[in-house]
Amino acid sequence: MRITAAQAMAKCLTAEGVSVAFGYPGAAICPFYDALLETDIRHILVRHEANAGHEASGYARITGKPAVCIATSGPGAVNLITAIATAYADSVPLICITGQVNREQIGSDAFQEADITGAAEPFVKHSYLVSDPNDIPRIFKEAFYIAGTGRPGPVLIDVPMDVQREEIDFEYPEKVDIRGYKPTVKGNPMQVKRVYKALCEAEKPLICVGGGVFAAGAIEEVRGLARKMQIPVITTMMGISAFPSGDPLFYGMIGTHGVKTANRAVQECDTLFLVGARVGDRAVKTPLALEKTTRIIHIDIDPAEIGKNIGADLPLVGDARLVLRQLLDIAEPAKHDDWLAHLETFRTEKVFADVPAGTVNPKLFIDTLSKAMPDDSVICADVGQNQIWTCTDYRFEDRGRFITSGGMGTMGYSLPAAIGAKLAAPQRTVCAICGDGSLQMSMMELATAVQHEVPVKLVVMTNTRLGMVRELQTKGYGDRQTAVFLDGSPDFVKLAEAYGIPSMRVTDKESMDAAIKRLAEDEGLLLVEVTVDKDFPTL
Amino acid sequence: MKHTISVLVENHSGVLSRISGLFSRRGFNIDSLAVGPTHDPAVSRITIIADGDDYTVEQIEKQLNKLVEVIKVKTFAQGECMARELLLVKVAAGADKRQDIMTICEIANARVIDLTTGTMTLEICDKNEHLRRFEELIAPYGIIEMVRTGTIAIQKGAEVIAPKK
Repeated sequence: MRITAAQAMAKCLTAEGVSVAFGYPGAAICPFYDALLETDIRHILVRHEANAGHEASGYARITGKPAVCIATSGPGAVNLITAIATAYADSVPLICITGQVNREQIGSDAFQEADITGAAEPFVKHSYLVSDPNDIPRIFKEAFYIAGTGRPGPVLIDVPMDVQREEIDFEYPEKVDIRGYKPTVKGNPMQVKRVYKALCEAEKPLICVGGGVFAAGAIEEVRGLARKMQIPVITTMMGISAFPSGDPLFYGMIGTHGVKTANRAVQECDTLFLVGARVGDRAVKTPLALEKTTRIIHIDIDPAEIGKNIGADLPLVGDARLVLRQLLDIAEPAKHDDWLAHLETFRTEKVFADVPAGTVNPKLFIDTLSKAMPDDSVICADVGQNQIWTCTDYRFEDRGRFITSGGMGTMGYSLPAAIGAKLAAPQRTVCAICGDGSLQMSMMELATAVQHEVPVKLVVMTNTRLGMVRELQTKGYGDRQTAVFLDGSPDFVKLAEAYGIPSMRVTDKESMDAAIKRLAEDEGLLLVEVTVDKDFPTL
Repeated sequence: MKHTISVLVENHSGVLSRISGLFSRRGFNIDSLAVGPTHDPAVSRITIIADGDDYTVEQIEKQLNKLVEVIKVKTFAQGECMARELLLVKVAAGADKRQDIMTICEIANARVIDLTTGTMTLEICDKNEHLRRFEELIAPYGIIEMVRTGTIAIQKGAEVIAPKK
């Protein structure tokens, strides 16, 4: 079949089962956009390319498959970089397609030319600059394979405009064979036995669940193993919602902004079983001290993560789902009653502090919200205080899902990620929780949600501050507050009205209850502004 | 401690920049890097001399292996490989010094590859430490230009570093 390379690109997406793509057109990607018209792929027009990447990221995290974002050459491509880096840090599979200037213009500083494969190199799992249109089918096949297997991540395909226009013989390859890319998925059986033995020997074992459990689709397996062997569980920020918040074995999120029970559990355990968690600096501040006192078992699909941040006594490279299944196959029921009883003593009742009139305790809001929302809701937290309040106070049920920019900490992530997540799971309630700082980094996406009728819920915690930085300045810089005041922000309720989005403001208990009811029950778009005291602390 | 690392890579444009970028952004120190084709036209071989402790070398290996275009990585144990560098040096030497320099060349296994009335250009291919010693011997005569390659290395004995089929 003779078709243009642009048509071939569109056919490749169809062959990969892509039904939604997020993007923003421009001259250098026009041939591909033209070809997209011949497919059933639904295109979501974003309002800034970074959000195309974040929306694809939210979409990919729900479907578990690579999601597609598109930008034109030059500024379009460069705008994508923040989203690429965000996806890379959280191991989210993206296919990023960018237009490029004609081949003979490359290197001439042509209009809207940017070396995007060069610029994005530190943040991609792999990238291609297509110089031969005949390579398109192979490259797309490889790109989807690389993005979605092993440790997932973003793959960039940069296609010069004249390449898109050339005609090729199209046949989508069935197989891919890349000699430098053969991810290990099954755990070494001998090592699996050693890990099991270590878990049996442990008197105070602890499972630490990271984002890798979602990437591997290993939620049932990790819950199964923990329950069968009665091992308590903590998560990193990326692992939140992998274990139900109310489960007696669950002790919360670890880290700088984690909860006391979880951090005490890490300090006191004798064996720490890391599953798809890379022990980032925000999760474990002093890994060197920990590895001296604690036996570390580490499962990761990326061999480079094992021994990078923390030494592992028992490393195990493999896909978390397969490895945990291997473990479940040999595991016998066990009990750790004393250890669990000891951990119980660290649990404390939640107490919600009183707040000044006209404001609402944001932690109380989150706690109350989580009790009202449907069990299978997807919650997208942004970055900053709103994120930590959500992490510590939202109670996830069995089927709930938490999404945030954990590794990169990219402000503005929650709204676009929620739009992507909602498109991936239209039947689930999807709610973004952000601050007045973070919303203003991506609030142009309200138009995207309206235009494409994506009924996400949006909670904006307004304290007219960049709250987390303000707190850092208070504690670490003698309260010399600078550049953290968000004066000049719009009235978010009116802003929503301007977009035609229903909205309400929460300033007290009554309006809080009313808003939460609507967040949980309304069908359509809704923005809720929650007034928070400017000095309300993160923890 | 210095380590010699051999890397087989797909012979694609851009591979070298991925590898050099990896070293700089992860803060790995490299003394030299040499790249060239192999007998398989689809494969290039890179030899890297890197400085670091065991942890660093393990990380270098693992991070290199993550690059899709990297086919194989091997760090040589001490004494496991033979390593060579090439040095070209131009010396300001008139007729009066020629004989002395030629004697040094003879002993050091170097060659004179170009000659003018006021200069001599010398070539030597050897281990890094021999090159250093040769440079010391020649320096008093007045080096006016010098260029050298990075180290390339090959395993001793019958074993080879070959891509997996």
